[in-house]
Amino acid sequence: MKIAVTSTGKTVDSQVDPRFGRAAYFIIVDTETMDFSAIENNNVAAAGGAGISSAKAVIDAGAGTVLTGNCGPNAQRTLGAAGVKLYTGVTGTVSEAVQLFKSNKLAEAAGPNVQSHFGAGN
Amino acid sequence: MKIAIASGKGGTGKTTIATNLAYIADGSGRKVQYLDCDVEEPNGHIFLKPKIEKTRAVTVDAPEVDLKKCTGCGKCGEICQYSAIVHLADNNVLTFEQLCHSCGGCLRVCPADAIKPKPLNIGDIESGTAGDIEFVQGRLRLGSIRTVSLIKEVKKHIKRDSLAIIDVPPGTSCPVVEAVKGADFVLLVTEPTPFGLNDLKLTVGLVRALHLPFAVVINRYGIGNEDAEKYCKAESVEIALKLPDDRRIAETYSSGKVIVDVLSEYKEAFFLIYEYIKNIKARIDDKR
Repeated sequence: MKIAVTSTGKTVDSQVDPRFGRAAYFIIVDTETMDFSAIENNNVAAAGGAGISSAKAVIDAGAGTVLTGNCGPNAQRTLGAAGVKLYTGVTGTVSEAVQLFKSNKLAEAAGPNVQSHFGAGN
Repeated sequence: MKIAIASGKGGTGKTTIATNLAYIADGSGRKVQYLDCDVEEPNGHIFLKPKIEKTRAVTVDAPEVDLKKCTGCGKCGEICQYSAIVHLADNNVLTFEQLCHSCGGCLRVCPADAIKPKPLNIGDIESGTAGDIEFVQGRLRLGSIRTVSLIKEVKKHIKRDSLAIIDVPPGTSCPVVEAVKGADFVLLVTEPTPFGLNDLKLTVGLVRALHLPFAVVINRYGIGNEDAEKYCKAESVEIALKLPDDRRIAETYSSGKVIVDVLSEYKEAFFLIYEYIKNIKARIDDKR
């Protein structure tokens, strides 16, 4: 199973990026093999619609789950429409986040946890 | 003749200058229109107290997708630069109408004719009269980002034979460009503070890029420092008026009254601006 984790860097040792739409990278991790690849996020400096485009990017990468810090309503709606499960409030390194997820220690988000443009000023 | 009153920095006195100028020009027998293009926060009405006779909703087109017709090609999502339409998989297409800029790209590239335009209400145009002044204002709907589209609609009311006074939104972004576009002359209202000067410089850059003739009004003259004046001198920018910092002006403003109506000693100052504008028009015509 492939999951996407927002990340400040290119590896699983990088910190989880607290922003979804404007995260620096998405680390796509195969939870069985722990193989991973990094997708550079082109939406970091987007004028608008960063969350939607980022959601599209992780959906296209085949991820069925997203682990991140904060996620706004448009990104949440896009992920939800593709059946992607969302976990917010995740911190630590990417690898720690994946371990927490695998041991069922994360709770699925019921909805967006921040407003639109929350991550635009960071 | 179209006069745009702009500033860059908010709160420098655009509306004060615009409404008082409207009053003086009207008093001089000129046919005057006041157009509030500060559609996110129109406030000229507080001072002019117009009788609104007509309210018209303004709509723009947003996409509506017929998923039964959709073939899932994804072209609509590829062309959209604003993520207002996004294709996920098969015929899973989402629209975010608030982000749409109505370019019509998605409608045109759809090979299955599955996308139709649907009207999206972005705000209202309210028009009426304030005495003999013809009053028009835009009021953007909460949550709408279509400021520019609404400003365009407000400006469609401009009549050739009127002195059209355009109250421009603050800032130097697209709504400001749209509001000042096509003006015969721009008055840039500033205050003599570092903040006022910083934004004045940005706005001077904007009007110069648009090749619009302009002059500066220094409001609250006497506060801050002399840097705004020095800047104008160095840049050969004309100062059309210096309106002094006077507590009574602030009191008049904060009680929603027009200065020239209450403080008659300022009539002359606004009359001078009006004359300045009339003369500048002749000077511009000469140059052409």
